[in-house]
Amino acid sequence: MYPLRSAALVAVPLAAALASIDPHPAAAHGFAGDRFFPATLLTDDPFVADELSLPTFTRDPTAADGTQTFDFDFDLSKRLTPDLGVTLSQGWQHLKAPGIPGVTGLTGFSAELDYQLFTDGPHEATALVGLASSWAHTGRVQALGADDFTTLSPLVNFGKGFGDLPETLPWLRPIAVTGNLSLDFPTKTQSNGDPHPNNVNYGFALEYSLEYLQHHVKDIGLGAPFDRMIPIVEASFSTGLNRDAGGQTVGTIQPGIIWAGQYVQIGAEAIIPVNRASGHGIGAMVQLHFYLDDIFPNSIGRPLFSR
Amino acid sequence: MNTPRFTLALFAMLAVGIPAAGLAHAFLDHAVPAVGSTVAAAPKEVRLYFSEAVEPLFSGAELATAEGQAIATAPVTVAPGDGAQLILPLPPLHPGKYRVRWHVVSVDTHRTEGDFTFEIRP
Repeated sequence: MYPLRSAALVAVPLAAALASIDPHPAAAHGFAGDRFFPATLLTDDPFVADELSLPTFTRDPTAADGTQTFDFDFDLSKRLTPDLGVTLSQGWQHLKAPGIPGVTGLTGFSAELDYQLFTDGPHEATALVGLASSWAHTGRVQALGADDFTTLSPLVNFGKGFGDLPETLPWLRPIAVTGNLSLDFPTKTQSNGDPHPNNVNYGFALEYSLEYLQHHVKDIGLGAPFDRMIPIVEASFSTGLNRDAGGQTVGTIQPGIIWAGQYVQIGAEAIIPVNRASGHGIGAMVQLHFYLDDIFPNSIGRPLFSR
Repeated sequence: MNTPRFTLALFAMLAVGIPAAGLAHAFLDHAVPAVGSTVAAAPKEVRLYFSEAVEPLFSGAELATAEGQAIATAPVTVAPGDGAQLILPLPPLHPGKYRVRWHVVSVDTHRTEGDFTFEIRP
């Protein structure tokens, strides 16, 4: 079966189901009860929101062939209803391969539709389902290796805070975990002999919220800016399932820190490749992130349609 | 698309948009008695200091024992002259552990909530 059709068999009913479900109130901005989930840099967030990442600057680890890339990315998340949101992303890249002049240009456009499945305040749990799509021919295909095919990826993201642990474990209660699982359905099986496999993508973020410790567990005297800091370790992996890539895994582990203020958050992470196929050396990622629902609470920070 | 100009334009829009006065989600800044603290004498009130002014009509706080049994209190009030400070009057309390549960709506209608415990030493 042609991959687009198989993807559509999953995507169309999913999108229709998402659109038909009756929305219920949801907490935007990454809240589930007492827990505030920051917007993570590498892995997807488990909540719909009105937020803007501008920019996310990435110096990737050096590729196996010696190529070095610098990325400048833009992500806009917008709630259509309190529970239904879209995210639009565009990247710009400078690529420097050994012995070849540097190349710059757009890396491709992607869009994602997400539906907030639930938010459970007492258990600090939240989850969403969605459909991500990276669009063909929206970046420099020849020069930067941008995709000449569209990929559709059904996904599920979740988050869980551990504030509901017993009072006898106070130092564990600031911990939270978010996670992602998605499956890639490329619309072409190959381009010029290069196979495009189906991939399973999975990742997690392990967070220790000093904000939660200071304001919900025990006042240990942390002042600004430390009382808004969240040390974090993110990890993201992609494993090929077929077309010469079966079982091949690439990924990175990214320790770092996020500072979440009232209107913006700033994050910085080191990028450690998990194997030779993922690159070598250490990269870095920094991000400036705006909470549009706090900056523009009465206009573009609100859902487009709400009861 | 001219990426640098587009970026600068967005930054300018956001800079203009960030309000001078607080209009964001209200986070608990600190409390008296302090979050997770042990005090020697029973306090007469709990003061909650937030990062933003809150809407009194949609904000509140309740007291319970550590086991979750509700304790009646007088109504929560906003401190005179400080819209970001809530006062929960307390009845006479015996030594033990108590839980304060709060919920607030900031003046731009964002809702936040939280809870913490404090202990009165025997």
